[in-house]
Amino acid sequence: MKHQGIWVVAEQTVSGISRVSFELLAKARELKERGRVQAPVTAVLLGEKLDDYYSAKLKEAGAEAIILIDHPALRYFQNETYATVLKALAEQRQPSIILMGATAAGSDLAPTLGAKLRTGVSAHCVDMRLNEEGHLVAVVPAFGGKVLGDILCTNFRPQIATVRPGILGKVICYMNQECPIEQFDITEILAQDQGRVKAIGITYEEMKGVPLEEAELVVAGGFGIESKEIWQQLETLAAVLGGAVGCTRPPLDEGWAKECQMIGTSGKSVRPKVYIGMGISGATHHICGMKDAGLVISINKDEKSPIFDVSDIRITADAAAILPLLIEGLQKNEDDVIC
Amino acid sequence: MALNIAVCIKSVPDPKWYEKITIDIKTKTITRKGIPSIINPVDKNALEAALQLKEQYGGKVTVLCMAPPGAKNELYEAMAMGADEAALLSDLAFAGADTLATSYTLAQGLNKLGKFDLVLTGTESADGATAQVPAQLAEWLKIPHLWNVKEFVLVTEQEIHAKVKMDDAVGEYVIQLPALLAVSREVNKPRYTTAMGVMKARKKTLTILSKNDLELNESLIGQVGSPTWSGDISIPSLARKGQELKGTPEEIVTQLITKLRAAGINPAKRREGDDK
Repeated sequence: MKHQGIWVVAEQTVSGISRVSFELLAKARELKERGRVQAPVTAVLLGEKLDDYYSAKLKEAGAEAIILIDHPALRYFQNETYATVLKALAEQRQPSIILMGATAAGSDLAPTLGAKLRTGVSAHCVDMRLNEEGHLVAVVPAFGGKVLGDILCTNFRPQIATVRPGILGKVICYMNQECPIEQFDITEILAQDQGRVKAIGITYEEMKGVPLEEAELVVAGGFGIESKEIWQQLETLAAVLGGAVGCTRPPLDEGWAKECQMIGTSGKSVRPKVYIGMGISGATHHICGMKDAGLVISINKDEKSPIFDVSDIRITADAAAILPLLIEGLQKNEDDVIC
Repeated sequence: MALNIAVCIKSVPDPKWYEKITIDIKTKTITRKGIPSIINPVDKNALEAALQLKEQYGGKVTVLCMAPPGAKNELYEAMAMGADEAALLSDLAFAGADTLATSYTLAQGLNKLGKFDLVLTGTESADGATAQVPAQLAEWLKIPHLWNVKEFVLVTEQEIHAKVKMDDAVGEYVIQLPALLAVSREVNKPRYTTAMGVMKARKKTLTILSKNDLELNESLIGQVGSPTWSGDISIPSLARKGQELKGTPEEIVTQLITKLRAAGINPAKRREGDDK
């Protein structure tokens, strides 16, 4: 088969490159080495003002070749433009595998590119490997993570897959290697852009405290948090412990938490050292988002809650009764430490 | 300005019943016996958005679903909510389709039903959750699309201004009609079905379209038209042994703090400490 090599489509963010791009590069290197793939792992980055910082970062994270597509028209994510550019590039270079982060942009871009190239896309993989014939085997969750299935795309190329941020977890720092950097000119491609969709701008949400995906400790609340006052105590607990606040659907619906705080298959995947779940019963789609946490502590009134099956420490109690005592106890302890 | 709107919905097993799903490892089949099917929850938001547009600007709302014949119930429910017509794409030849083949079949169904100014879908399904059909449907229809739309307004007859959920951000876009929008739960609150609605729905038209009713390239439908295929399936075991902390709330908290300390978690340094 002509198609060769693994591509990672990296994503430019307001502060650099999204972490999932680096996670994918580490995975791509692993796939390449285990599968004895000859072609270099190639990072493709679309964006604006892509200076040396970007290529240095990609190289450090494992890219063995870099294709930069730098143009003012790529400043904001515009699916139609991005997909048209990637289609042209993929048709010209014929990679075997294209990996993307299942970010908001990647989740939209991957299927569009798949349809343009008439090939298969595996969405939101939790793991991947190459089989004996060298085909990509993507492991994807269904029914909220209750079931895992292998997805293959043996007769079509490229094989496209997206992976949710944080699922692979590992970022590896590679030293001193060859890494040719190429600029890909898209003037001609852009001339054909129909301009049916125009990006006007992007507004970033104000972030409070530690980002959920990067926190070493996560305090998450669910249906069993019965009032805004108790929710605020939960936020206090997270602040006292220097952690981040996560949630399931109910606190979001109440307006106490934000969309970016939701943990689960339709939210974020977290793997903190310690996860404290309060008033969370443990629906499969939530468990799928926190199952990789180190120590799992669960506090719930109902002793039959499924969350207890996947917990290291179980506390059958009302979160409202535990929260103030825990905050007080930790603050007292803190004074002990300082004195 | 009357709008001709299509809403694509999916019939999914009720997420409340996921705990009851079992799989037969030998035959690699998923048993959803006895689990009721419902309209994929976020697809109701798409339908609600269509109904609100119709109420404001006039026009027609057509609902389309590709599924086995049992999904008629979901289409009648959509008409009870207020959709004017419904069509069910149902044929054994459509079975086993991945997102590319599904979106192709839906596109051919829409092309058969008329010329739509706007196609609305939910962002993703509760069961497969690939979120890929909206983008691919737009590709087959050769119209622009936006995915993960949380808010939108029709600014002119040809243009929609939309807010799109990004990662910790909101993107703003202007999109030309005809277009497809995949909406998220935030876009509205779907209305309830009324008894009057249910009675009216019985008099509305539900068309069943099979393979022969559509202009299809047969190499693009069903299993044959699907680049991806499923290998092994499994139910992962995530069970942890677990230890229960018992006692009065005070006793529990004392034990818990000890556990947190052992895990290397200490209270965050005090602000005044940081300043020094």
